Amino acid sequence: MLRLEHVTFDVKDGNQEKGILRDVSLTVEDKKFVAITGPNGGGKSTLAKVIAGIEKPTSGRIFLDGTDITDWSITERARAGISFAFQQPVRFKGVTVKDLITLAAGERISTAGACEYLSEVGLCARDYINREVNASLSGGELKRIEIATIIARQTKLSLFDEPEAGIDLWSFQNLIQVFDKMHREIQGTILIISHQERILNIADEIVVIADGQIRKTGTKDEILPELLGQAGTVNCRYMKEAE
Amino acid sequence: MDQIAKEMLAQVADLHEVPEGAYNIRENGKSAARNTTANIDIVTKTDVSGIDINIKSGTKRESVHIPVIISETGMKEVVYNDFHIGDDCDVTIIAGCGIHNCGNQDAQHDGVHSFFVGKNSVVRYVEKHYGEGDGNGERIMNPQTVVYLGENSYMQMEATQIKGVDSTKRQTIAHLEKNAKLVIKEKLLTHGHQDAVSEFEVDLDGEGSSANVVSRSVAKEQSTQLFISKIRGNNRCAGHSECDSIIMGDAKISAVPEITANHPDAALIHEAAIGKIAGDQIIKLMTLGLTEAEAEAQIVNGFLK
Repeated sequence: MLRLEHVTFDVKDGNQEKGILRDVSLTVEDKKFVAITGPNGGGKSTLAKVIAGIEKPTSGRIFLDGTDITDWSITERARAGISFAFQQPVRFKGVTVKDLITLAAGERISTAGACEYLSEVGLCARDYINREVNASLSGGELKRIEIATIIARQTKLSLFDEPEAGIDLWSFQNLIQVFDKMHREIQGTILIISHQERILNIADEIVVIADGQIRKTGTKDEILPELLGQAGTVNCRYMKEAE
Repeated sequence: MDQIAKEMLAQVADLHEVPEGAYNIRENGKSAARNTTANIDIVTKTDVSGIDINIKSGTKRESVHIPVIISETGMKEVVYNDFHIGDDCDVTIIAGCGIHNCGNQDAQHDGVHSFFVGKNSVVRYVEKHYGEGDGNGERIMNPQTVVYLGENSYMQMEATQIKGVDSTKRQTIAHLEKNAKLVIKEKLLTHGHQDAVSEFEVDLDGEGSSANVVSRSVAKEQSTQLFISKIRGNNRCAGHSECDSIIMGDAKISAVPEITANHPDAALIHEAAIGKIAGDQIIKLMTLGLTEAEAEAQIVNGFLK
């Protein structure tokens, strides 16, 4: 179980402190599929980074299975079973797709084993396994390789930051199946930041974050109708004031 | 041959036993073993130290190993090895130098390798440099490679220096005739107080000739590196040089690419980049469970692979 208690994250904006996360408390039960959604700039990615240990919260505590991991490094959290798929996957000169998947699996795996993970994300393994994770790969290819590394890790908590971004329409359906399968087979907790209705649709729970705060938490039946109803309305203070 | 010499041979030439084909193993200034074949002859030079390697026209799928090992402290030598490669050959040449210096005097090997490659020949040249030993004496290697590529010939040169050489000054000079092609891949890692200079000078003389010089290097700790690459296009030709370096610790790296077009149809490109390991690369590997140091090592190994 993952528990966040009163987590805040401030950054300096000129001389002022700006609250990116403001008193966020959240409990994610084991084996749940939770989608985090909300407007851009609302603090979703920061929340994921704080959980993975990439950013340290200004205040508040984070617990994994009852253990306080707030002061743990990225490595310690990864070894404790937290995986994180970047919104913008990193490129490496010289590191091959197989290297990356082998590192993710944490053991020497056979080429056939690595290929299986690639096939799951819809990449023809033979074409990719020995390729470098460098600029020769497209954004969508990188994104799918990133997801394959998370599948290979098989951890109890997997964080995905907008996995759908950059994925083409044809692969998207496959992606939904990937998450569905992961949820069923690995029996881990999945936390996905997403704007996609189809991803929100398969979530057990949806958390809406805006302005650094949790606005709503509930099942898709409770949250989705309201969210979709709002989607058409323009929410711009300047425009409203001008009226 | 003792254990140290055997281990060094494994390092510089991947040799665990007597190689197949032609070879000349030089140990502490003397020829320790030699084998010639019907197509490849090796002859000791009489005017200077070194050998002539004569490869007959039409020699296909044969290899020559010419490793050099030095295990005596204070040993200094300049060796001239000339490769005369005929027409229509397809050969692999594996050179390499290992210095094991346990003493307090410097050990130095300066190898001058000249390649005279005939028409339509394909040559793969692999060169590895390696140093070890815990003495205070420096391990110094100054290789010079001079290449003359005949019409339609192709040469690929892979030069690697990963460990233990205190000081190196490498110089590679090449002249290319019509439709000849040269590919150079250099990998260099320096650490401690090591100092490395690598200079390439390529003349694309023939019509349709091309060269691609790619250097990847990592400078750690207080080491220094200087990379100079000069490509001159003297005809309709294509030249590309790329120097990509990772800088770590208090190291210093200079990259000085130079391209000169002496012909309106010369197409020349140079690229040079020096930078630290990107922070997000380390973070990504840490999210896979590696420590910061392990992540750094993985990135460096991949970069130089």
